[in-house]
Amino acid sequence: MKQLLAGAAIALMGLTTTAFAEGAENYPERPVMMMVSYGAGGATDFQARIVTMTAGNEDALGMPIAILNKPGAGGRVGWNWLATQADADGYTLGAYNVPHFIAQSIKGGVEYSTDSFEPIANWGADPAVFVVGADSDFNSMQDVVAFAKENPGKLTFSGAGLFVGHHIAALQLEKAADVKMAYIPNNKGGAGAMKAVIAGEVMGGINNLSDAFRAEQAGNVKILGVFDLERNEFLPDVPTLKEQGYDIDNASVNFRGIMVPKGTPEDVIEKLAATVPAMFENGKVAGKMKAGGSPMKIMTRDEVKQMWADRAATLKELLAGL
Amino acid sequence: MEFLYYFGDVFTPINFGLLMLGTIGGLILGATPGLSPTMAVALLIPFTFQLEAAQGLILLGAAYTSTVAGGAVSAILLKIPGAPANIATTLDGHTMAQKGEGAKALQLSFLASAVGGVFGVLLLIFLTPVLAKWALAFGPSHLFWLAILGVTVIGTLDSRSVVKGLLSGCIGLWLSTIGFDDIMGAQRFIFHPALGGGINIIAALIGLFAIPQVITMFAKGRRNDGAEVIEVQKHSILDAMKELMRNKRAMGIGTITGSIIGLIPGVGGQIAGLVAYDQSKKFSPDRDKFGTGHPEGVIAAEAANNAMVGPSLVPLLTLSIPGSPTAAVLLGGLLIHGIFPGTDLFDNHPDVAWTFINSMLIGQILMCIFGLYVAGMAARVAQVPQSVMAAVVLGLAVFGSYSVQSSMGDVYVMAALGVMMYFLERFGFSAAPLVLGLILGPIAEANFIQGSMIARATDGLGPYFLTGPLNIFLIAVVILSILYSAYMELRTRRYTSKEEIMA
Repeated sequence: MKQLLAGAAIALMGLTTTAFAEGAENYPERPVMMMVSYGAGGATDFQARIVTMTAGNEDALGMPIAILNKPGAGGRVGWNWLATQADADGYTLGAYNVPHFIAQSIKGGVEYSTDSFEPIANWGADPAVFVVGADSDFNSMQDVVAFAKENPGKLTFSGAGLFVGHHIAALQLEKAADVKMAYIPNNKGGAGAMKAVIAGEVMGGINNLSDAFRAEQAGNVKILGVFDLERNEFLPDVPTLKEQGYDIDNASVNFRGIMVPKGTPEDVIEKLAATVPAMFENGKVAGKMKAGGSPMKIMTRDEVKQMWADRAATLKELLAGL
Repeated sequence: MEFLYYFGDVFTPINFGLLMLGTIGGLILGATPGLSPTMAVALLIPFTFQLEAAQGLILLGAAYTSTVAGGAVSAILLKIPGAPANIATTLDGHTMAQKGEGAKALQLSFLASAVGGVFGVLLLIFLTPVLAKWALAFGPSHLFWLAILGVTVIGTLDSRSVVKGLLSGCIGLWLSTIGFDDIMGAQRFIFHPALGGGINIIAALIGLFAIPQVITMFAKGRRNDGAEVIEVQKHSILDAMKELMRNKRAMGIGTITGSIIGLIPGVGGQIAGLVAYDQSKKFSPDRDKFGTGHPEGVIAAEAANNAMVGPSLVPLLTLSIPGSPTAAVLLGGLLIHGIFPGTDLFDNHPDVAWTFINSMLIGQILMCIFGLYVAGMAARVAQVPQSVMAAVVLGLAVFGSYSVQSSMGDVYVMAALGVMMYFLERFGFSAAPLVLGLILGPIAEANFIQGSMIARATDGLGPYFLTGPLNIFLIAVVILSILYSAYMELRTRRYTSKEEIMA
């Protein structure tokens, strides 16, 4: 059915080029839907709702964007749906989480890859950080690595699951410091992993910068390092892993942004790619994001394309051994 | 006593109006099958963008409180639990409604909810620092034993035969393994993309409880020309209060079990009602009456699921860790106003924190008043002929299961499980143990895997799972629970004839 529709669309495009150009000019003519592959209230959903709240403004799309949650299996359910069942007409957008969906597609068992989607723009980047309980003996990454060297495989540390940013960061740390540690994936996501650290069930953990920042403000954890290329504005005093002598790049940073299914008309993609980054730059959006402790990073379509390709290459190499 | 200082803020016209709106809206949403408290709160979040922090939270808090209680309405009148928290309410609540005591069951459930709920919020106000330590005490090994404790309850829950109870529990445990597994991402029993995310608990609840009802109603309609109507006798509120006073034991067990279980992050709300129901059944001299429309059952279940509301927010408000999906949504509601739960909340925004908590206290009472009013109208709802009722329930079932994650797959799951349950019920199996299996399966499995990963890296499986005071205590309770069930089974078996067991 979808192919038939796509065929009809192509035929129409050929017949009435001028009319269609006008159609793209008028896009969007009705409210647009954006699929979020995590549950309502989660970090991705929360941020998606903030960054799309000004979509109805005249200088943005001029039509509101409605959020549709399709949670399940770490995002696989929603992205499977977007890749195979969603209409590629420009009225169905999707939120992406990199490296999650790329790592999942490399691991297999899903019906999508980076080729199934077209990026539009990136709105946020939430780096992974290494946290330990507030009363822990570890005060720097050197302490952590020294312990792991003396006790191979005995240092337990939590993260949000397998094949998500936290797991990638864990693999990178083990590789860069040449140690064996015990990564404990949590079934309750970042919140569960953070609870394990605060309760002392594990000796440390990898978590989202935004959540760790909150936990540190509440006096529950110490943040020892950021898995990113440079220090973060929320945590100017916390050094990156690279500064502490470990060769780790930003492959684990959780990038969030908007994409559309492959097959969406080219001029619609262009229109979205031109307007959406400006929509993210709206002062109201930036204010709400900052208040919620969510770091923003606006990237254009071309920058995201490059980032996806880089990430796919790094992840293939990292996950090859698993 | 700081909280008293902020009571005035609850009663400003706008705040109180929002509180009323949240309470009434919450009751309606809660009574709609498929709209769980988490969904209701998530739906309201966008509205709070425009409000001030305290006002937004009042709306969310009131909605949370009253959706939990509102779930009892459909549980009692339609035998569809609005959320997992209300499963135990159906066991005696719906049988009471069938006996014509629907109004009484609703009154008892709202009164018990209010008492349990107020107790829970008071715990939140006075004991938060102590409770926060408690909430953190439960690690993977303890949660595993807690889930096993739940499994021991399965056999005796709402079944005449322990074997049949266990069997349907096992079906539930198996169903819970479907989908990508939570930790390793392995694919299990996924024959259709709709099952990738596993069996959604809300969709399963609706299917397992509502569909057999609908089929039965249609079947009866053919025979009796749809003339059969559930009678609802009027019942005075004063009598309901007296009834509640007579059942202090069920009330107490429900409230305390609910408060303790609600506190544990990740387990809380879903099983509080069922565990409280089972406990008060074991301690009651009238344990044989449970399941046949016994008021104690409704009181224990509803007291527990509202008592859980206050303590379930402790990990969020003090440690900034959302302990339940609803708490995670509330976290979003706080963050949008730039307020970080934890010390920041109580030190720098006491007006927001205490106004929110106070409004939940007032909300419990408002919820009770509106609930009792609804109970009075229940008579009219139940006067609908069964054939019409069946159609309405079927419509609600489809709507409810679709709306959980906007997925037709959930509707198919709901329908398939429902038809299966209709036949299972004919053979004497019941839905409650099956759902309990579905809920407990992932908790037991995920915590066992996590625990064993930690154990292998540290002191080994045996010491990790079998030592430590809390582990030993939980294991002792598990053993006692099994022994008690075995003892009861053997004692009653001596007096039951072969025919009764076969039935």
